[in-house]
Amino acid sequence: MNLLMQNEEIINKINQLLIEEIEIDEDQIRNEADLKDDLGIDSLDFVDLFVIIENHFGFKMKAEEMTDIKTLQDFYEYIIRRVTPN
Amino acid sequence: MSRVVITGMGIYSVLGTNLGEVNKSLHEGKSGIIFDPVRKEMGFRSALTGMVNRPVLKGILDRRMRIGMAPQGEYAYMATVEALKGAGIDQPYLDRHEIGILYGNDSSAVPVVESVDILRAKKDTMMIGSGYIFQSMNSTVSMNLSVIFRLRGINFTIAGACASGSHAIGMGYLLIKQGLQEMIICGGAQEINPESTASFDALNAFSTREWDPSTASRPFDRDRDGLVPSGGAATVILESYDSALKRGATILGEVMGYGFSSNGEHISLPNVEGPRRAMQMALKDSGMDAGEIDYINAHATSTQVGDSNEAQAIDDVFGRTKPLVSSTKSMTGHEMWMGGASEVIYSVLMMQDSFIAPNINFDNPDEFSAKLNIVRTTTPAEINAFLSNSFGFGGTNSALVIRKIID
Repeated sequence: MNLLMQNEEIINKINQLLIEEIEIDEDQIRNEADLKDDLGIDSLDFVDLFVIIENHFGFKMKAEEMTDIKTLQDFYEYIIRRVTPN
Repeated sequence: MSRVVITGMGIYSVLGTNLGEVNKSLHEGKSGIIFDPVRKEMGFRSALTGMVNRPVLKGILDRRMRIGMAPQGEYAYMATVEALKGAGIDQPYLDRHEIGILYGNDSSAVPVVESVDILRAKKDTMMIGSGYIFQSMNSTVSMNLSVIFRLRGINFTIAGACASGSHAIGMGYLLIKQGLQEMIICGGAQEINPESTASFDALNAFSTREWDPSTASRPFDRDRDGLVPSGGAATVILESYDSALKRGATILGEVMGYGFSSNGEHISLPNVEGPRRAMQMALKDSGMDAGEIDYINAHATSTQVGDSNEAQAIDDVFGRTKPLVSSTKSMTGHEMWMGGASEVIYSVLMMQDSFIAPNINFDNPDEFSAKLNIVRTTTPAEINAFLSNSFGFGGTNSALVIRKIID
């Protein structure tokens, strides 16, 4: 599997989890969407995202890592970085 | 002082999940008690329980509103939607007024157990998620409903053991009577699960008539052998008489009196004197004579000591007038934190339809219940006023007097 394909699978998985678990409207899923302002993900939802990420991607997020994540694109990139071997 | 009336009711109980279903069950004397094999497997002495299905709220409430609600909160939501609808109260009305909530609830065991199970397994609190904290507090019902319905008045939970729901109505009545609130959503909710009742089962307080669940709860009967735990939720909309008149609301009954007392004795064994004082106080507050009470919805849970003592207390206060008496717990089981509110609803339904729901399984009286006028089968009767008793661990007692509205 090439890296591009792998990244696409990760993004699809994230989108699926946001839609199914956080109940974000599918229509709102855009790379530039602001997690807070556009998708309405609040501090409590982030707590649930930590759980979802550990369960589905196998690593633990740290709360301080979220400060740099503003958009969905930031979020995709962060997850890809964490799950891609160096 | 404001007069206080009931303008809405909603119920989610083992007798039905709306007023119509429950009214039918009350007429039929139907039992809501089942045998739960899961409890037997877990090591319960008695696997008997009342049972309701969880309502499906996905598509009705958004995720944030749902994940902080334990099942008893969901039952309470359903009951409150029905009650508000019946009262003719919509969201814009709630938004424009300072409506309060006082709900009875005294446990929320499953979220506590599940969140600690996760912590023990994962060794990281971050894996617990955001919903459990709001599910696990005793105030889970009032905190969730106040957010869902955007309430801006008084907002807290009454934890008074098995009298919680009754005290919630009593406290709501006092606040409205004093002119501090115009309308309060009152009620009681009770979780149904093994986790919350295991330690109660340990007290040998539950009936073990597992071979015939519908006959297990037999308040006042000579051969009763314990209570059957049950649950659900019940909501009553309390409102000042003036507010109800102004809105043109249908008035279902007037809360005439609230009596309360504490036994100041044993943690679990009830006495005669405390309940007697609560009933006398409720009567005095109502300004009515004992003879004006047509029906008593007894607390009687089907325990030996509790039922005997309540029978003596009722006889002490009503021995000369002998109103009709029944314990609807014969059908519902013991709805605990919810019971004080649900039994007001059961009794108002009887008052509306002019009948007394039966104290099923009352085959033979004992020395004390023989002195009461206990109704064995569904009986037509004009009820102009009733008294509803609720007592709880720690010796907390509540009695409410409710009457048909008289202009």
